[in-house]
Amino acid sequence: MHLEYTVVEGDFVNAGSASSAIKKTLKQLSVNPSIVKRVVVALYEAEVNAIAHAYGGVVTADIDAGKILLRVIDKGPGIPDIDWAMQEGNSTASPEVRNMGFGAGMGLPNIKKNVDRLDVQSTVGVGTTVEMEVNLS
Amino acid sequence: MAFFHALQINENVCEGCSHCMRVCPTEAIRVRDGKAHINENRCIDCGNCFIACPHKAVFVKQDDFEEIFKYPCRVALVPAVFLGQFKNDISVSRIYAILNEIGFQHVIETEITTPIYTEAKNRLEREGNNKPLISSFCPAIVRLIQVKFPGLVENIMPVKAPLDITAMYIKRKLEKDGWRNDDIGVFYVTPCAAKIAAVKSPVGEERSWVDGVINMDSLYNRVYKKIKEQGHDYKEVKLPIAQLTSDSILTSLTNGERRLSVAEHSLSIDGIDNVIEFLEKVENDEIEDVDFLELRACDQSCPGGILTYNNRFLTCERMFNRARYVAGKERRGELTRAQEVEDERAYLLENVSVDEVEPRSISLDPDISKALEKMNKIKELERMLPQIDCGICGAPTCDALAEDIVCNGCKLSDCIFVQRNMEANKDMKVEDSLKIWEDIWGYEKIEKFRQNK
Repeated sequence: MHLEYTVVEGDFVNAGSASSAIKKTLKQLSVNPSIVKRVVVALYEAEVNAIAHAYGGVVTADIDAGKILLRVIDKGPGIPDIDWAMQEGNSTASPEVRNMGFGAGMGLPNIKKNVDRLDVQSTVGVGTTVEMEVNLS
Repeated sequence: MAFFHALQINENVCEGCSHCMRVCPTEAIRVRDGKAHINENRCIDCGNCFIACPHKAVFVKQDDFEEIFKYPCRVALVPAVFLGQFKNDISVSRIYAILNEIGFQHVIETEITTPIYTEAKNRLEREGNNKPLISSFCPAIVRLIQVKFPGLVENIMPVKAPLDITAMYIKRKLEKDGWRNDDIGVFYVTPCAAKIAAVKSPVGEERSWVDGVINMDSLYNRVYKKIKEQGHDYKEVKLPIAQLTSDSILTSLTNGERRLSVAEHSLSIDGIDNVIEFLEKVENDEIEDVDFLELRACDQSCPGGILTYNNRFLTCERMFNRARYVAGKERRGELTRAQEVEDERAYLLENVSVDEVEPRSISLDPDISKALEKMNKIKELERMLPQIDCGICGAPTCDALAEDIVCNGCKLSDCIFVQRNMEANKDMKVEDSLKIWEDIWGYEKIEKFRQNK
């Protein structure tokens, strides 16, 4: 099954709408609640990243019996040093974003904790694709 | 596994008007053959259908009052909300006396064990696991979480509700007084349907400590009749001490538990729609820094229970007055009956836990690949349906119909938009679509219109 959602730059108000919708689907599929929670937490973080740091993008989800594959594809500045960004506490968020309670430098590390596979591809000046995979059983 | 439900539909009275179907928070109701049907796996006994029904076809099953006389030792386990049903000039002492007169040798208020319940919860709050911890007080909320938020069952505090703690306490006390356990009948006076379900099929426990349930409205009638019979000549015998502490009187009101919580950050939310809205956010991990949630299905909590008689706001006001009066006594150093429970504190705290609550999730299929297949079909159907949720198919929403088509043998042609289109394309005769209407809304309703033409 393929699902697709749009993420709009700076729209923190609607952050989490893709993860909410995917949560609903996984619940109907009676995926173990703790796995659903991991998917939702990871995707929510990635959504917020695309809203805070990029110029918006798309969220796609592909579900089969064994796993869910999530992609958050943004158009944005890209991440110059992915290894640096993967470390807790490192953040390039603007003071404005930090004031809203985001940008603590926990985004990517938190995603990594919750998924079974994480792959971040980024080209500076073009955008970033965060690919996450979670086993469903 | 079968779930006991207190809410039932009287088919002789049900008009199949679908008001109940539209207000059910778990989409548990469908109209078929002109009658509403409740899906037992989805129903959480919240009572929305009971309130919405214009024909009083939804009823709350209760135990026959005469059941109490099977027990030589009879206890009325009464929530403080019951005392709040009466006007201010009818005293607590008088109601206790009438309960004695109609057959209960012992009357005890549910909230008398609030200090024990609070202590057990505060211990969990201090441990600080599974935040936010969710109160187990309201059984409709516990069931809502089981059905709709299975990921949050671990957050429910595995603590008996005060009604069970008090039933456990009074049985122990009466046994110590010499009664045989089997001879003691504890009857709970319930303000709502969910508490009946909690007694008849408890969550996290083998069986309840309560032996029977009496609906609050029917007991109100019995007591009020006595008050009328007594008239103005009634000579009141005052109870020697206040029954509950001021804190305990307020437990079942909104904020009642929160006031006593040690959690730094806590919230009280009443009204099932408000609770659902908030739990969606909790489930998404969007809520940070909340330690404790007091959630109640009814507006104004228990005073808003469907089996109460008095207006819920007036009930709250009366309960506040009573609490204020008792608070004055407390300030003067007077003891309350709650003191007697302190003797059993250690025993009660040891037995206050229940097993962890299990989810009761509604899945399309236990096999995930079959479930996926079904969901693909459902998504496809959802796109074909008008998405106006008119309910004419006998399901509450277009999405619910899509699911019913895939899982419960309904047909796409149950949708009126589809029917009209098929008629226009000559794929269906008018008689055939009327037959579909008959299957959903019943022969009588359709026949009435045939005769009207």
